[in-house]
Amino acid sequence: MQRILTIAGRELRGYFTTPLAYIFIAAFLMLSGFFTFKISMFFEAGQADLSEFFVWHPWLYLFLAPAISMRLWAEERRSGTIELLFTLPVGVGEAVIAKFLAGWALLGASLVLTFPMVITVSILGDPDMGQIATGYLGSLLMAGGYLAIGCCMSALTKNQVISFVLTAMVCFLFMLSDMPVILDFMEAGPRWFTDAVASVSFLANFDSIRRGVVEIKNLVFFLSVIIVWLYACTVILDARKSA
Amino acid sequence: MSVMVETLNLTKSFGPITAVDQLSFSVKRGEVLGFLGPNGAGKSTTMRIITAFMAPDSGTATVCGHDVLKNPMAVRQTLGYLPETAPAYGEMSVEGFLSFVGAIRGMDGAELTNAIDRVVELCRLSSVRGQSFETLSKGFKRRTCLAQALIHDPPVLILDEPTDGLDPNQKHEVRRLIADMASDKCIILSTHILEEVDAVCSRAIIIDNGKLISDCTPEELRSQSVRHGAVTVAFEGVEVSVAAPTLGALALAEKAKVTEVDGAPAVIVYPTGEKGLAAGITELAMDKGWKITELHVERGQLDEVFRTLTARGGE
Ligand SMILES: Nc1ncnc2c1ncn2[C@@H]1O[C@H](COP(=O)(O)OP(=O)(O)O)[C@@H](O)[C@H]1O
Ligand SMILES: [Mg+2]
Repeated sequence: MQRILTIAGRELRGYFTTPLAYIFIAAFLMLSGFFTFKISMFFEAGQADLSEFFVWHPWLYLFLAPAISMRLWAEERRSGTIELLFTLPVGVGEAVIAKFLAGWALLGASLVLTFPMVITVSILGDPDMGQIATGYLGSLLMAGGYLAIGCCMSALTKNQVISFVLTAMVCFLFMLSDMPVILDFMEAGPRWFTDAVASVSFLANFDSIRRGVVEIKNLVFFLSVIIVWLYACTVILDARKSA
Repeated sequence: MSVMVETLNLTKSFGPITAVDQLSFSVKRGEVLGFLGPNGAGKSTTMRIITAFMAPDSGTATVCGHDVLKNPMAVRQTLGYLPETAPAYGEMSVEGFLSFVGAIRGMDGAELTNAIDRVVELCRLSSVRGQSFETLSKGFKRRTCLAQALIHDPPVLILDEPTDGLDPNQKHEVRRLIADMASDKCIILSTHILEEVDAVCSRAIIIDNGKLISDCTPEELRSQSVRHGAVTVAFEGVEVSVAAPTLGALALAEKAKVTEVDGAPAVIVYPTGEKGLAAGITELAMDKGWKITELHVERGQLDEVFRTLTARGGE
């Protein structure tokens, strides 16, 4: 546990010294503000809830989560520090969790900094705070899902750009897996398979959460996404850390 | 003396390349093992297996009795490792980096501070303590990474080309540091600088194409040199072409050849194996009235032995 905190702390400080963290937070706040107010016409809609704010999150994470995750393992590989890290008494699983937590903390911090949204809706009307809290929780879990995919992709390469593009591609497929375009592809396959593919859609799983409806199965879905992809990341690193 | 590092039939291939081939050796406490071999011989790969970074295809290695496959965590705890590329996190300061490694190794508070102070002093890093790693010169980078390997004062040290990229003064410093630590540790260092073997190693093994081809002390290695015990001699008052055949006819001489010492003509006389060649030459010169201006008994050259042992067809 102490080692996980040490590695996560180092990673998190790294985000702030290479000023990625500041740029990331600024980009997240600006983009989420822009989409909510300019595209969704938040004020004009006159609704005292944040569903028009959360609706953009899957799209923001599509490009912002890979920006956080791309360096996590690719950079260790490129600079050779992976050889240092895994000749210290550190388990692969521990390191994977630690790096994921560091990235997740940065995403979480960005979410927390959107608190003026909450203040705005409270001034505009009388929002359901429970709904808002659910939205934030769901968004954080979904961000974790994107990030876990990113960790895994980052472990495949020593090139951060490849890591970014791979992550964005895989995330995009998961986001939209219930869209007709994708399902049409699999028409030939058995019914249970198309259903399974549709059910892993990030958008579908996030849709009820963003409206403030807590469905355990959606939360469990995102948690499982995190666990499965981090496990895959561990397996990949175990097999190819020295490659 | 107890065995601290041992490899047994270690084998590791990368596709068609067998990087390490049935390699077995052991190293005891107090020994400094020079790990020699041409580039691509498999030195780094062997070290990566011993440090439990990479698993062998077959065979195994143990460090302080811990098997690298069965108990990699215990192995990593007992050793300090300097990888060949001397990597560290670029954006971290030297002190921050050492503190990170110390914390991972379970140190904190005063223990950690003292450990950092100790290795900063040992590796002469005080002038760059607060500087970020990526802005350091090559020599400081390597010494920072060496400091990392020493922070927990490990009983076993694995150093992959520890003096690579250092200037002559720094090389000397690092060798002195290694020699100072040698008595109660077990140190394996890879190098292709042969003077390093002379300077610090109590034993040298040579590998080529992943196979062990020699395992002995630097002195024994040198005695395999054809020049070992040969005498180089220069005269005044006689042409070397005249002196050479006469010297070659000595009972203790195998043969004599004309050579050069610093551009001046000289004769090198190879021994038959028995001692006393230098005395025989001096006696002969006195008889003949030749004045000896220089006489030098060759200890044998490591690089010559190295080349002979590792020479490959066509290279
Ligand atoms: N990760 C790797 N993938 C493929 N080949 C490798 C890898 N590491 C080493 N090799 C090959 O194994 C051989 C031994 O390399 P190495 O152990 O680095 O030699 P040395 O350290 O003695 O110079 C070389 O031919 C090298 O190209
Ligand atoms: Mg090497």
